[in-house]
Amino acid sequence: MSQVIQIFMSGLAEGCIYALVALGFVLIYKATEMVNFAQGDLMMLGAFVGYFLIVGLGANYWIALVGAVVIMAVFSYALDVFVLRRVIGQPQFAVVMLTIGLGFVFRAAASMIWGANPLAFVTPFTDGTTSIGGAPIPDVSLSIVAGTAVLCGLLFALFQYTPVGVAMQAASQNQLAAYYMGIPVKRIFALIWAISGGVAAVAGILLAPLTLIDTSIGFLGLKAFAAAVLGGFGSIPGALAGGIAIGLIEQFSGVYLMDGFKDIAAYVVLLLVLFVRPQGLFGAAARKRV
Amino acid sequence: MRYQFKTSYDRDIDLFGDAAQRNWYLALLAVLCAAPLVLEQFWLGELSYVFILSIAAVGLMLLTGYTGQVSLCHGAFLGIGAYAYAVLLQRGVPFFVAAPLASLITAGVGAAIGFPALRLVGIYLAMATLAFNFIVEYVFVHWDSVTGGFSGFAVPQPTVFGYSIVDYPLFYYLTLAALLFALFVANNIMRAPTGRALIALRDSEVAAQSMGVKLTRYKTISFALSAGLTGFAGAFFAHKIGYLAPDAFGILLSIQLLLMVVVGGLGSFRGAIFGALFVGALPSVIALLRDFLPQSVARQPGLEPGLFGLILIGFILFEPHGIEGRWRKLRLFFSQFPMYRVATFKKQKSFTKSERFR
Repeated sequence: MSQVIQIFMSGLAEGCIYALVALGFVLIYKATEMVNFAQGDLMMLGAFVGYFLIVGLGANYWIALVGAVVIMAVFSYALDVFVLRRVIGQPQFAVVMLTIGLGFVFRAAASMIWGANPLAFVTPFTDGTTSIGGAPIPDVSLSIVAGTAVLCGLLFALFQYTPVGVAMQAASQNQLAAYYMGIPVKRIFALIWAISGGVAAVAGILLAPLTLIDTSIGFLGLKAFAAAVLGGFGSIPGALAGGIAIGLIEQFSGVYLMDGFKDIAAYVVLLLVLFVRPQGLFGAAARKRV
Repeated sequence: MRYQFKTSYDRDIDLFGDAAQRNWYLALLAVLCAAPLVLEQFWLGELSYVFILSIAAVGLMLLTGYTGQVSLCHGAFLGIGAYAYAVLLQRGVPFFVAAPLASLITAGVGAAIGFPALRLVGIYLAMATLAFNFIVEYVFVHWDSVTGGFSGFAVPQPTVFGYSIVDYPLFYYLTLAALLFALFVANNIMRAPTGRALIALRDSEVAAQSMGVKLTRYKTISFALSAGLTGFAGAFFAHKIGYLAPDAFGILLSIQLLLMVVVGGLGSFRGAIFGALFVGALPSVIALLRDFLPQSVARQPGLEPGLFGLILIGFILFEPHGIEGRWRKLRLFFSQFPMYRVATFKKQKSFTKSERFR
């Protein structure tokens, strides 16, 4: 029993990271219809910025967390203003290729600045454990789950109760109508990029004690992408559910199924789900207007 | 300035636009055939590598450029072709049977993945093909008895026309012939009713369907043909790398193939070849550039992928039609020399075309 709880908790923690990155994808997709393949690499940059603030500047963990979120938000805002805004009017495919290219550049830049060796920093959660149901659970896992919950609550409040959040919802439902109502659609889109950059930074810093930081953690974005598609691209609850589902599937298949299956379990499940429900679990049924 | 007058319907589906174009291509072919007389073996090897990549890019172009279906699993198709071919060779099948058979097997796999993937659109299709790529890689690693597992196996080297297949210039001529064959097949498909149907369903599925194009059938055909061509390239790719191991056919290869198609220019086989030439030659060019850069920059490990990314970004921002688009502009510039206007190729208006279902 205690083994099951342990596996469940580590799957949940891993799943929360996927869910956070998937959340970043979905926020951008819902608003701007752009598919951001570089989200995983934004997360990697967030982790590196956190490392720089904590180890390089000696900042407190919490200050560094806020600092990294702000830096990544500003960076993503600028990214939208200077790069992504220019491809409006090109097919979705072009945006996918563009963000794949951005991912390559981010990875190269990170390896030039911070080197190719894995790095680590100390957090208040490192090495601690808490007992749940007789099973020792690492504090790191708990911090990830709690962090995800808090962040989701904040985002929910933002979208539901603030004028900016309502404007964001309006812009994602109908750009033209929002524009006519006096909403600065361009700035709103850039703000959405900023939010998903910030979410990526949180994901990166929460992930850092679980694995080491190196340039390859951006590839985690691919699995998060599978999570977003599994949940139905464009559905925020779907992204969260998909992320957690994939995290759990991975951990359990790693323990109970054959060797090495862990790495592709997420993709096998994704393919099966897509063949049965082409729009993902929570996606709206596809009906195209002619 | 030259005008093309089409005086019959046959002219419209001719393989070459006019006599001048045909003569230029024949001249290029003559130059390529004569290349082994002057070039060293290293450069012949590089050229045949580009030819092999071109075959795969032509296959992907058929699917992505002409049918409008994104695929992130062509690296896996190339791998399936290479493995199938090498395993057949191991079992004693001669070269001239093994290569087409490998292509057929890959086409079968392509149809098998294409058929269920038909219901998927846009990003869901991209993700499903990406997932397929990972699964194929897993199969390569874990199907020990056939693929040799993680460590892989060396590709047997059959004798063709009395020489070992990896001898130059024989290998060079074989890949050149294979590329010509692939181009001939692909071009013929595109000027036949099948190709027209593919283009129609790329431009509008609804319109194509109402004109009587069966979507299921043509999408499956497109997947199968594309995979078949890529598998055919895989047979030669196996010899080029000499030793098959699963990590050669990962997601990065798929992205590289997609890069060729985008950088080359979507919707043109010539673009696919431009793209393959570009991607195939880029590592050598970067290696040459390294000598001129300061030590601290030149020795950075991330230099090559970083440049890849920058070039990709540059193309999408500044030349969305790829090298082929630039080539057309250049040609028009020279053919109407003092009269060229930049506005000829200017897009009339740009807006976000919603791909969302409401």
